[in-house]
Amino acid sequence: MKNLMKAFQYAFPKTIPVMAGYIFLGIAYGLLMQDAGFGIVWTAVCSLFVYSGTAQFLGVSLLSVGAPLLQTALLTFILSFRHFFYGFSMISRYPEKGWMKGYLIHSLSDETYALIVGSNPPDYVDQKNYYFAVSFLDQMYWVIGSVAGASVGSLITIDLTGIDFAMTALFAVLVVEQWKSRKCHTPALIGAGVSILMLLILGPEQFLIPTLLIVTLLLIAFRKHISLQEDGGADNHA
Amino acid sequence: MHSILIIAVMALVNLSLRALPFLLFRKENKTPKIILYLGKALPPAMMSFLIVYCVRSVDFSSGNHGLPELISIAAAMLIHSWKRNTLLSISISTVLYMVLIQTNLF
Repeated sequence: MKNLMKAFQYAFPKTIPVMAGYIFLGIAYGLLMQDAGFGIVWTAVCSLFVYSGTAQFLGVSLLSVGAPLLQTALLTFILSFRHFFYGFSMISRYPEKGWMKGYLIHSLSDETYALIVGSNPPDYVDQKNYYFAVSFLDQMYWVIGSVAGASVGSLITIDLTGIDFAMTALFAVLVVEQWKSRKCHTPALIGAGVSILMLLILGPEQFLIPTLLIVTLLLIAFRKHISLQEDGGADNHA
Repeated sequence: MHSILIIAVMALVNLSLRALPFLLFRKENKTPKIILYLGKALPPAMMSFLIVYCVRSVDFSSGNHGLPELISIAAAMLIHSWKRNTLLSISISTVLYMVLIQTNLF
């Protein structure tokens, strides 16, 4: 228990950018759900069990038109396909079994993934507890935000448009961190180059899956030329 | 009733995608080298991808040409290269972005 507390104390400041983004986006989502006729309980169930911003926003329109299940499955698959790639970086990090492993897999969002692969907690913090703390806090921000949106969201009068940029900024910061901590920049350049190219060619609706597949194939093709050595801070996961 | 099924399908598809790598490769010592390699090589590539993913719906050819996004992302990266303080980089660039889009500067 004491170890878990330490992990939460260490993890909390790291999750503040996610808190800003998730609570605001969550409120926006809750407002949409309420407008579509789905109140607090529906919103909370989605945020607890689906737990994916993009999929849930799409879900509002699917729910309001009562979309066919096959179409629902296919659209969710396309939007969430990127999550399939996150697991590969977690196999050697996550516990081998137990309830914590199950929860960590369920709660692996973009931002949680970024905070887990982008940080090296000090020795006094247990790695697995840190992963749990980040995952749990992030999901709570999302649940709290969306329930707030579905209940009292319409009372908010300050213009917070654009605060969800905090999450884009978090990824920008993590690109810099990864860039500085690694000697070989080929993976980052492949990721950026292919994403931009595919977005320009295929557009925002279709670029996702081809991008991820091409990035993976290129990383495999160039594996002889890619060094995974890290500069600053030893890699604790080896 | 149909609404419950829609949510269940979405939850199931999401969980399957997140769990599949773990089901395919149960233990580290049995995991093929290429997968462990991908586990380490993918994160930097994914971070760049996620930035592009965040701005995917921005119209770069008309309107403000995505200038608020591009300027704020550049600001976040520059401030971070300079000070390496995560909260500082994120809060300054986010406030900058909010000002840029709320004032319709471009």
